[in-house]
Amino acid sequence: MKRYDIVIIGAGPAGLAAAVAAFDDGARSILVLERDREAGGILNQCIHNGFGLHTFKEELTGPEYADRFVRQAGERGIECRLNTMVMDIGAEPGAAPDAHPMKYVTAMSREDGLYQVAARAVILAMGCRERPRGALNIPGYRPAGIYSAGTAQRLVNMEGYLPGKKVVILGSGDIGLIMARRMTLEGAKVQVVAELMPYSGGLKRNIVQCLDDYGIPLKLSHTVVDIQGKERVEGVTIARVDENRRPVAGTEETYECDTLLLSVGLIPENELSAGLGVELSPVTSGPVVNESLETNVEGVFACGNVLHVHDLVDFVSEEAALAGKNAVAYVRRLEAAEGGAGQAARDEAEGGAGQAARDEAEGGAGQAARDEAEGGSDSVEDAVKSADNESAVVEISPRSGVRYTVPSHIRMSHMQEEQVVRFRVGDVYKNCFIRAYLNGRQIVSRKRPVMAPGEMEQLKLKKGQLLEYMEPGTDSYCLEIKVEEK
Amino acid sequence: MNKRQLICIGCPLGCQMEAEQNEGGEVVSVKGNTCPRGDAYARKELTCPTRIVTSTVRVEGGARHMVPVKTKEDVPKEKIFDCMEEIRRLAVTAPVAVGDVLLADVAGTGVALVATGNVAAG
Repeated sequence: MKRYDIVIIGAGPAGLAAAVAAFDDGARSILVLERDREAGGILNQCIHNGFGLHTFKEELTGPEYADRFVRQAGERGIECRLNTMVMDIGAEPGAAPDAHPMKYVTAMSREDGLYQVAARAVILAMGCRERPRGALNIPGYRPAGIYSAGTAQRLVNMEGYLPGKKVVILGSGDIGLIMARRMTLEGAKVQVVAELMPYSGGLKRNIVQCLDDYGIPLKLSHTVVDIQGKERVEGVTIARVDENRRPVAGTEETYECDTLLLSVGLIPENELSAGLGVELSPVTSGPVVNESLETNVEGVFACGNVLHVHDLVDFVSEEAALAGKNAVAYVRRLEAAEGGAGQAARDEAEGGAGQAARDEAEGGAGQAARDEAEGGSDSVEDAVKSADNESAVVEISPRSGVRYTVPSHIRMSHMQEEQVVRFRVGDVYKNCFIRAYLNGRQIVSRKRPVMAPGEMEQLKLKKGQLLEYMEPGTDSYCLEIKVEEK
Repeated sequence: MNKRQLICIGCPLGCQMEAEQNEGGEVVSVKGNTCPRGDAYARKELTCPTRIVTSTVRVEGGARHMVPVKTKEDVPKEKIFDCMEEIRRLAVTAPVAVGDVLLADVAGTGVALVATGNVAAG
């Protein structure tokens, strides 16, 4: 069986950025597995512009953004297997509890059949998928002509098919808005975009550029209550909903159409993660991760839309690069622990040995058990415990208005000088403050003119700032992040 | 004076802006923007609005049927459908690479149409 230091599942923007960052940090044994016929992931069908303003300081289309990363991976000679479906990720069978188990990745392709590779570290970068009609409880037949917006996007932009000529769109997520414009440009008539919530789930600029520019009405607090047609969609009835999102009788309007597009949310695709025993968040449907973007399964990292659904690919690239670097650091710690004087010396030089010792000292029972087994770490442990809060763990607790955070906890021993915490709010807020409280004491306050559920927020925490508020002898902290009006 | 409400498309913040135009159509003031890009966008949007057009073009003899394209710069908004008409009629022969100029001047805008994706021959 072939062994790799790092196996990355998915060659979309997250997987590619993680691979490139891992390579640039010194890793040479990297494998990327991709199920599609080409690398680039969802960007290949996102032919509109607006990507890369943060990363490349210029406005690119999706395929151009993907091309930059595909090239970077190619220039580095990173091994990427296409048309390859990962079936399972499993721990080493019968591995002793005190070992750092290898992960076994089972994959399948036409050329190679079913095979396994072993990995020290795995980076999950599988992305997300669209919520289907079945998740919505829309009554009516199941005629042809109902597509998720992303499926329609792939048909139009990559395969060259136009799914219909008269269109109704349910949901104002970004893909729905983008497809309203795209179908219009291709000669279809988009009659209306209906949104269940009283606000749009998409970026404001997309409402301007995709709906307002083409006079397409957006009906907020509206939903589809009936689909007509048996073989093919013939019409769609929408109605206004009350504050409890229940349709109001008498407000129904019927649109004659042949196509209904659904843009009603994205769900991280975590079947592989769940099979491996990765803990998932009920809010994001993505893995629960620490400051290193590592899941509860040691050596398994997550980034991009599989972790939590992003609006901007630039932030995916940034997050994925961090996951790549952290995977390299993890592999180095394993190498250092396994010994070899040369290895240790190299680690020493890179400042990794102290890190490894701290790592061993702080985290969890399993880690402590491994420490025992490796022996001679007691003195290191004691030394670390007495050092300034290095063994402290900060649990991040999303409160009033904040739905979740990534990461969900920070181990001070692994925290970088600056830690980005990303999150979403649950409602539209104007002129509010995002504040962070460490064990009840305010440490960050930032004014935000506008916040909406459709736009990811972030807060930067400085390590020094946290340490300042920590007390010797206390190892467990709670960092509350909330929206406050004053 | 003519007051116009606008939402900036410069970045995800989406500033809500109010611009005043005089009788000659000239923009005399912009309020509500949080950066200079908002001011510039409002003035341009009210006098000569432009957009980048993105679409796809048919490919003959390629591994894929379609290649994504964009106008290299933004074109006047009222020219969008003229651009689309020319883009729809166009077919190119593989191979095509990112940045290849497929039309030197799309719909008389003086702006080139370039490929934004790669299609190998095949």
